[in-house]
Amino acid sequence: MPPFDFVHDLDAGNTAWVLASAALVLLMTPGLAFFYGGMVRSKNVLGMLMQNYVAIGIVSVVWVVVAYSLAFGQNGVFGGFAGNLHQFGLGHMGEQVAGYQGPLAQTIPPLVFVAFQLMFAVITPALITGATADRLKFGAYCVFIGVWLLLVYAPIAHWVFSPEGWLFKKGAEDFAGGTVVHANAGAAGLALAIVLGKRLGWKKDPMRPHNLPFTLLGAGLLWFGWFGFNAGSALGANNLAGYAFVNTNTATAAAMLGWIIVEKLRDGHATTLGAASGAVAGLVAITPAAGFVSPMGSIALGFIAGALCSLAVLLKYKLGYDDALDVVGVHLVGGVAGALLIGFFGTDATGVGINGIFYGGGAHLLRLQAEAVGVAVGYSFVATLVIAKVIDLVMGLRLTKDQELEGMDTVLHAETAYDFGGVTAGGFSPGQRAAHQPAPLTEGASI
Amino acid sequence: MRLVTAVIKPFKLDEVKEALETFGVQGLTVAEVSGYGRQRGHTEVYRGAEYTVDFVPKVRLDVVVADDDVRDVVDVIVKASSTGQIGDGKVWTTLVDDLVRVRTGERGPDAL
Repeated sequence: MPPFDFVHDLDAGNTAWVLASAALVLLMTPGLAFFYGGMVRSKNVLGMLMQNYVAIGIVSVVWVVVAYSLAFGQNGVFGGFAGNLHQFGLGHMGEQVAGYQGPLAQTIPPLVFVAFQLMFAVITPALITGATADRLKFGAYCVFIGVWLLLVYAPIAHWVFSPEGWLFKKGAEDFAGGTVVHANAGAAGLALAIVLGKRLGWKKDPMRPHNLPFTLLGAGLLWFGWFGFNAGSALGANNLAGYAFVNTNTATAAAMLGWIIVEKLRDGHATTLGAASGAVAGLVAITPAAGFVSPMGSIALGFIAGALCSLAVLLKYKLGYDDALDVVGVHLVGGVAGALLIGFFGTDATGVGINGIFYGGGAHLLRLQAEAVGVAVGYSFVATLVIAKVIDLVMGLRLTKDQELEGMDTVLHAETAYDFGGVTAGGFSPGQRAAHQPAPLTEGASI
Repeated sequence: MRLVTAVIKPFKLDEVKEALETFGVQGLTVAEVSGYGRQRGHTEVYRGAEYTVDFVPKVRLDVVVADDDVRDVVDVIVKASSTGQIGDGKVWTTLVDDLVRVRTGERGPDAL
């Protein structure tokens, strides 16, 4: 790869925007943690938060060491299955990122691109935790996301995101990761939920969300961070980023409305959980399309996605898989819908991309989109199924019945999320574990 | 002595407490409880999935009173907690055969 010329290639404005975007995307994972954490029962909220936070820990390390190179290196593993190890340990950061040449040439330091893409790699496996909520062992989860990042995320990112990738070269459009992140995570979530089996008491015991304000707070953080996810994916502070920003907000708003309208008609009430879920469905669906549709197109795309996902969350009851927090209904269905709707609403007016069916471009784009998302979903589902089965055989994926009934917080982490000082708060037992207890106040001491 | 127990709507607690204070009752124990009577519960819908919530939040209050005051205290509670709607709750009394004030060791009606 040609060297990155830090004098002539670098654009300070673009670099600043992508750095800020990377930080925005990082915030999405804690946002997701609260979005999900509010939906689980109170005995499992720390388990859910921990899975999301530890994803930041594990993926950040694995990405820097090897996964970045697999995703964005030059074609190297089995031809174009993944990138080579040229950037192992973030070596060769003075070269242009593989494939970004000519009109695609980056104007940000490769290291900034590494940081930005890292945040996508963090949130993708974290998304899966919604499907597996309440019953996945912590150690097995940690092993799973490390392996999954290398064998599923990195290859799919390579195919679709990297200009070296075979789906990218075909012209498949995925602006910010509808296929790579959301459809991928949704398919993986489905596979894991199937391997794990249903939560104890599913369809019988009440499993109400324990803290919907958390869920709405999380949705708000996701919405905020998503501006980095989508508008940052322009990799520049430019008009395309403006399109992505406006489209992201517009589609999300329309999807929220679409979801609560369906709810009102079907269930009789517009709910806060529906508003939060609709917003996330819209964010998911506009992700692949953010730079490829017009703001008017994004209204239609968002509205369709919101309405569709609010219907799709009922599929699990019909088909009998326990996708606890609807990763399939929101991320798989929303991601696939967004990818396919580009085939209809895609326009060249944004300066990149080509026209879809409604803009006189014919069905060519739709066919390409269907191929790309079909390949990604199919590969993700099958590979995740195999990884999950192997981990299950080697170390077991699921908590025991007693552990699941007691809840993840105390069983896995020896902590309780909420202590309101009632009689069940527990006594203090001084000993080795409490070596740092404060010295007793002496007579007459004031605080 | 009698133990008067009432299960009432939570938002009526303040009115009941004030009415009992006005009547002259000196102490009160309350607890948040859940339950249902003829009101039954209600349904909630999350992402299209319907949950039946059988147990409705209520406040339970316990007060021990002298035999002579029982009817009046019950009336005070009923009057203060009534909304006329379904789900207003219940009040009942039970005989209490002994009572001790922990601080002084006084027993029986003297300890009230």
